[in-house]
Amino acid sequence: MSAVMVHEAEEAHGTRESFIRHYIFSLDHKTIGKQYFLATLFMGMVGGALAMLMRRHLGWPENGVLDPGQYLQAATMHGTIMIFFFLTTILTGAFGNYLIPLMIGARDMAFPFLNMMSFWTLVPGIITILASFFVPGGPAGNGWTSYSPLAAVPGAGADLGLGQTLWAVAVLFVLISSLFGGLNFLTTILNMRAPGLSMGRLPLTIWGMFITAILALLSFPVLMAAMGMLILDRTAGTSFFIPSNLLVGGRVLPHTGGDALLWQHLFWFFGHPEVYILILTPMGIVSDVISTFARKPIFGYKAMVLSLAAIGFLSFLVWGHHMFVSGMHPLLGAAFMASTMVIAIPSAIKTFNWCTTLWQARIHFTTAMLFAIGFVSLFVTGGLSGIFLAASPVDIYLHDTYFVIAHFHFVMASAALFSIFAGTYYWYPKMFGRMLNERVGRIHFLFTFLGIYATFFPMHFLGTMGNSRRLYSESFYPFLSKAPAIDVFISLSAFALGAAQLLFIFNFFWSLTRGPKAGANPWHANSLEWQAASPPPHGNWGPAEPVVYRWPYDYAVPGAAEDYIPQTVPAVVAHAGAGGGEA
Amino acid sequence: MGPMEQARDERRAGMWMAGLVLFILAASVISFVVAAHIWWLQPLASTQGAAMDAMFNAILIVTAIAFVAVHLFLAVSLARYGARGNERAAHWHEHLGAELTWTIVPAIGLIVLGIVGEVVWAKIYSPPPANAQRVEVTARQFQWYVRYPGQDGTFGRSDPKFISPGNPLGLDPADPANKAEIVTTNDLHLVVNRPVAVRIASVDVIHSFFIPNFRVKQDAVPGRAVEIWFTPDKTGAYQIACAQLCGVGHYTMRGNVTVESQAAFDDWLKKQQKP
Amino acid sequence: MPAQLVKGKPSRGHSGPGALRRGYGGDGAGAGPAASGGVRPAASSALIGVGAFLAAVTMLFVAFTTAYIGRQQEAGWTPLAIPAILWMNTAVLLASSGTLEWARARLVRGDAAGLRHGLAWTAGLGAAFVTGQIIAWRQMAAQGIYLAGSPHSSFFYLLTGAHALHVVGGLAALAVVLVKAYGNRYTPREHGGLNNCAVYWHFMDVLWLYLFVLLFWL
Repeated sequence: MSAVMVHEAEEAHGTRESFIRHYIFSLDHKTIGKQYFLATLFMGMVGGALAMLMRRHLGWPENGVLDPGQYLQAATMHGTIMIFFFLTTILTGAFGNYLIPLMIGARDMAFPFLNMMSFWTLVPGIITILASFFVPGGPAGNGWTSYSPLAAVPGAGADLGLGQTLWAVAVLFVLISSLFGGLNFLTTILNMRAPGLSMGRLPLTIWGMFITAILALLSFPVLMAAMGMLILDRTAGTSFFIPSNLLVGGRVLPHTGGDALLWQHLFWFFGHPEVYILILTPMGIVSDVISTFARKPIFGYKAMVLSLAAIGFLSFLVWGHHMFVSGMHPLLGAAFMASTMVIAIPSAIKTFNWCTTLWQARIHFTTAMLFAIGFVSLFVTGGLSGIFLAASPVDIYLHDTYFVIAHFHFVMASAALFSIFAGTYYWYPKMFGRMLNERVGRIHFLFTFLGIYATFFPMHFLGTMGNSRRLYSESFYPFLSKAPAIDVFISLSAFALGAAQLLFIFNFFWSLTRGPKAGANPWHANSLEWQAASPPPHGNWGPAEPVVYRWPYDYAVPGAAEDYIPQTVPAVVAHAGAGGGEA
Repeated sequence: MGPMEQARDERRAGMWMAGLVLFILAASVISFVVAAHIWWLQPLASTQGAAMDAMFNAILIVTAIAFVAVHLFLAVSLARYGARGNERAAHWHEHLGAELTWTIVPAIGLIVLGIVGEVVWAKIYSPPPANAQRVEVTARQFQWYVRYPGQDGTFGRSDPKFISPGNPLGLDPADPANKAEIVTTNDLHLVVNRPVAVRIASVDVIHSFFIPNFRVKQDAVPGRAVEIWFTPDKTGAYQIACAQLCGVGHYTMRGNVTVESQAAFDDWLKKQQKP
Repeated sequence: MPAQLVKGKPSRGHSGPGALRRGYGGDGAGAGPAASGGVRPAASSALIGVGAFLAAVTMLFVAFTTAYIGRQQEAGWTPLAIPAILWMNTAVLLASSGTLEWARARLVRGDAAGLRHGLAWTAGLGAAFVTGQIIAWRQMAAQGIYLAGSPHSSFFYLLTGAHALHVVGGLAALAVVLVKAYGNRYTPREHGGLNNCAVYWHFMDVLWLYLFVLLFWL
């Protein structure tokens, strides 16, 4: 609100915001959302480039371009950047920021200043993580999970010391930035909905972001605590995670009494809600995209909301399934297997609901819809592979193999990524006032969908063979002698997959100035953001905020004049026979 | 023509998309069938591994059915329900019976799976039998120390406070039993059809003791020793792989496992004695 | 614009069987702004924000607590003696909460000067607390008790340091409130920002008491 008032006041007085105030330190959620979009897309490309480097190595490890330490650094930074600096921040910072006020009929976030601070807290994190590539010893190389004591004892791992410490600092920045964001989203969604917009009329995109915000508020501080302790272990000689009598680098270390498993408990207590943070918003986005382009209400709205909430709640109770063979007490393993089985149920419900929404629909196969349907396929594949891992006796074999890599790349790198693509193709017209090219989009989809299956599906087989993660080479293990053929296939598929993304980048930037101009509601959708101009002006709604009369899924309502009824249309107008006027 | 114009006929697009989904389905299934003959679980060589493999296969069947069913459903829906003319979609969006069914049926399946899993898990972590061979494996960047007990089957004293660069296992120099013990590097010998209890520890960072053919994996954690047990039931040569990132040499951390008759094992052990 | 809202039939289809009442689905009630949604005053947003932030702070210290209790069970745990100055710091912090409440009470009575004095005392006592903590650290360092000295000393510095950082944040909030008080921006009825700051400040108080007990009595 204050941003609007400031802007209006300035206009009234004939002053204009400086370039700095307007574009760099903007308080407008839409500008901040776009800043996040650009920053995170850039980081996604960095993470993708690292993946290409890894695959170049893994396909042909004898004609190396990386030594063992550099390979581990590439793998670590790939994971870190993709999870913290791309997926987490694009879903919340870009989509969350841009869409929440628009979809709830507000003029801006509850705390615009804090919103601006969120972005500018991310920036030092980006600078730090990128800087870590250039320090002596290079960036962190102990896995994105950076288990202790490997990561807690400088010199035990693949870097000389500064890289891993900078890694912890950079992640701390991201966590603080996201924490501020989550706070903002929670408050905005609770407190600033338009008149008539009850929680039960929220689009599922918003429900996903709402529960994600709660998860972030409760789980990120735990990793912050762990990072703080890790930094102290690395720099101040403390022994939070470093046990006694370690023999590293030819000498016995002076540390006493730390617990290596403590790091894992803290990390995964954060880590498991984190991966659900990365899938809940995508689930919401996909629900809305599917409903819009199926021209049909999402099936089972209440079950969808309850499932999101159940997944959110349960996500705090399953972290030990990352630690079945960690040495923790087997009783804990038994408990975590049970809770992990339970959390599969709401995900299954949601899958059935998406599928059922398509039945007897009238589908428009826009690029956004293609990616949303692709999401369903990828999520099913990834979710099913998760069942193997949830069964702890089976996990004994599959833990820390490529089977796990396949699983999380299907649910995170593929499904969540597809929701980001779907969301981009869907909301680009709103954000930039232009349409993305649909033909290029379809080609992008085709090669991405094929490329993702070709890249990650064979990884299941490396897993069943027992191929451990983070191996520079399989040459030391005769039992992996048949792996290299798969590695080459995966690498070639990955290169094709990477190349296909150039189409998206081209489309994105080309359409900014050359795409056909977009109207307010090119997709004939119901939710509130489509009632604003494309792009919306400062303050989003002109003189009067919208008033809401219905939920966002009134598609194909019998007897209605159009096959969609926006949320702002009062009830009586929809009924053709009631003698009301046309909307 | 705008993307949402009623004059659009989306059925062709629907057929293409359905074809794509079917292609992915076919490719996945075929690749699985091929993989099951070439790139599959390592040949089983332990007794408790049988239950784990049975669970794996059961899950495979159920997930395969679900995978095929969902993708077939998607393909049919996409082919049938492309938009055309000004036809409207159906408006229904709830069905208590269907929703309850697809909540309860997967729940039952998962609960059954969970119960079976708990039983198998409990067996895996049950105490080792009294006649188990005993071995201590200590992981270190980037090798596996294997310590065999002396003639009486017990180990000499060790304590972390004795750990030094020359004494990574922390053996008590004052205990004569330690002098008679065998410690090998990367060389684990086991007796076929005899249970073995392995005590796993680490001197530096977390490693993981993984023998694929035995379906055995246990993290080697510095500061705590964990005991697991299993029964190798096929003679042969196998490998220990490290299954937890432990530094730049992680990929080199291979150990050798030999499963042989009791007589051959005793012979081998005698040969390791220092003269 | 149609004047009446039609209930029942036209919108029935959107509710479906078993639908919850009150605003679910496209129910024709189209409830007016007062019944559901609608922008609420900024002060309540701030309170939700403070509450959410405190939930996050709680989780931070829950994480530290689990690490602390876990370590405490292990061998080699030699607890420090309570530095005497911590008693005084505790009293100072409690007093600052007292002065803050006194200031709020004065404002409700219309005593703007009382508000300003109470806030100034609170800020002063808060700064004194932080100073006292720094003195405590320096005293311990002088005795040779450092961050890496023993597990208990590591946690002592970590927990008190993290707490002090959050108190400094609270001082910043107090400074903003002080400036507003001097600008007469609070009235006996409208002082949401002051209330929210008080919530945060008292939480820091309670958190300190918790940490004090955790470090030296549990």
